[in-house]
Amino acid sequence: MATLFDLCSLIRSKNAGPFVLTFDLMFSSRENYERAKRSQPLTKHLLAQIYGQREEDITLVYHDHALAIKASIPRPIFQGELRDGDCYGGQQYVPLLQIEVA
Amino acid sequence: MEIRVLAATGVLGAGFKVESLNRGIALAPTFIACDGGSTDSGPAYLGSGKPKLSREACARDLRLLLKARDTLRVPLIIGSCATSGRDVGVDWMAQLARETAGEERLHFKAALIKSDQSTAYLKRRLAEGRVRPLFPAPPISEQVIESSHIVGMMGTEPIQAALAAGADVVLAGRASDSALYAAIPLTLGADPGLSWHAAKTLECGAACAVVPAADCMFARIRDDHFDIEPLDLNARCTPQTIAAHTLYENANPFLLTEPSGVIDTERAEYHALSDRLVRVTGSRFREAAQYTVKLEGAQLVGYQTIVIGGIRDPYIIRALETLLPKAQAFFDTRIAELFPGQLTKNDYDINYRIYGRDAVMGPLEPMRASAAGYEVGVLITITAPTQDLANKIATFVSHVSAHLPIPEYQGIISSIAYPFSPPELPRGAVYRFSVNHVVVPDDPYEMFRTEFVEI
Repeated sequence: MATLFDLCSLIRSKNAGPFVLTFDLMFSSRENYERAKRSQPLTKHLLAQIYGQREEDITLVYHDHALAIKASIPRPIFQGELRDGDCYGGQQYVPLLQIEVA
Repeated sequence: MEIRVLAATGVLGAGFKVESLNRGIALAPTFIACDGGSTDSGPAYLGSGKPKLSREACARDLRLLLKARDTLRVPLIIGSCATSGRDVGVDWMAQLARETAGEERLHFKAALIKSDQSTAYLKRRLAEGRVRPLFPAPPISEQVIESSHIVGMMGTEPIQAALAAGADVVLAGRASDSALYAAIPLTLGADPGLSWHAAKTLECGAACAVVPAADCMFARIRDDHFDIEPLDLNARCTPQTIAAHTLYENANPFLLTEPSGVIDTERAEYHALSDRLVRVTGSRFREAAQYTVKLEGAQLVGYQTIVIGGIRDPYIIRALETLLPKAQAFFDTRIAELFPGQLTKNDYDINYRIYGRDAVMGPLEPMRASAAGYEVGVLITITAPTQDLANKIATFVSHVSAHLPIPEYQGIISSIAYPFSPPELPRGAVYRFSVNHVVVPDDPYEMFRTEFVEI
């Protein structure tokens, strides 16, 4: 068993505009990417649970050329609102690091 | 056909290597472009009109690009001037250009394209049902329009028109980053899919290179492909890094929306020509049935004063969950007493962020319920309708927060360690992003105004 952190060379979160939060998971090899693509460790259902969103509002893409999983969700708090603690959205990926990949 | 594009860097003022630029000049680009802004740093820049990067940093990059343009006699296109792309930002950049031109003895015709939106225009379009929300969007109303500073994000058309009218240098207000790079290739009849995909890849400069850098990128757009490479000979790019760039700061990497349509990269293929040159084929552009211009708006929330401190005592840390609501209740009473009739509960906001517990992820923090570390950081933000009120409220918030009582101790304690005297730091105006909408204009030009100046 390996985690997404083990298989990826980069995991990040970022604003995609002020209202959308996006996650990029870049795998360190085609083998690691294909393994994740087969076992689908990251699903809309799981993202909805972690980030308190509705599944139908989530975009999830497996990108073969980029060897990457890309997911986007409505920003849980819009960028720059009084309760937003992460203006760039850059530290919101952490709950994804230890997700296990079969 | 071959159109050669020199992208200076990801954002004007971030810098680039002089050697990279010189290498780009030697490759005889058809034009040079550079983006100057973003919403990524938050609503303060659009709200205040102030640039994020320093005058010195922007002047350094602008000087080198104006001189490169002068040597090559090709157009220079700079968009989203001074971070927000507000009219004041375009004027600020134009002033920098004037000063540089004076010092370097450069002469050119500049087009200043303004993108601020009038409340009258937006209210008319709103009433006509031609202002539409993107998802997710805060609610829009006449009141939101009146209280916000709003810019429209231009497509290629106003830039193409300025160049057709003889502009040597285009200083644009808020513009789609990709439109800066797609304008000339599209005018010259290049394939729209390849032009837009190349533009999208170039707009962050060498952010798609290995190692990512603030530096120059170069693309050659031909009939059925484009080739792209970093201009620093020590940098590389690979099919994976170029493909992966479509992910950056976008919601969907295969479908990238522009005013006139959608860049579709789903069938794009990426091939390594060398360890630093990538060829891209198969990109498509799907014209939209309706032209839309995205709006960006920022609204004043209030004025803020902050207090920073730290707590080391484990008994105080574990009591915070019950102490802080009590403190909040006390503040409400105290504010009603000190500012009767002046402030209601909706007019101000007092917030504690506990670093070491859940300050970064808030209610989404999965470790929230677990024991805090041996020390936590405390950031208190006080937001009020004026700076004076925020400062005044902050003085008793910081005082009370420093003497939170816990049952373990008899007598007055100092419950927060403040590093500064005074502990209250005025932060100025605070803004929020207030619109995530598009307008359906009659044509791509009506929301933008172009002036020509001889410099």
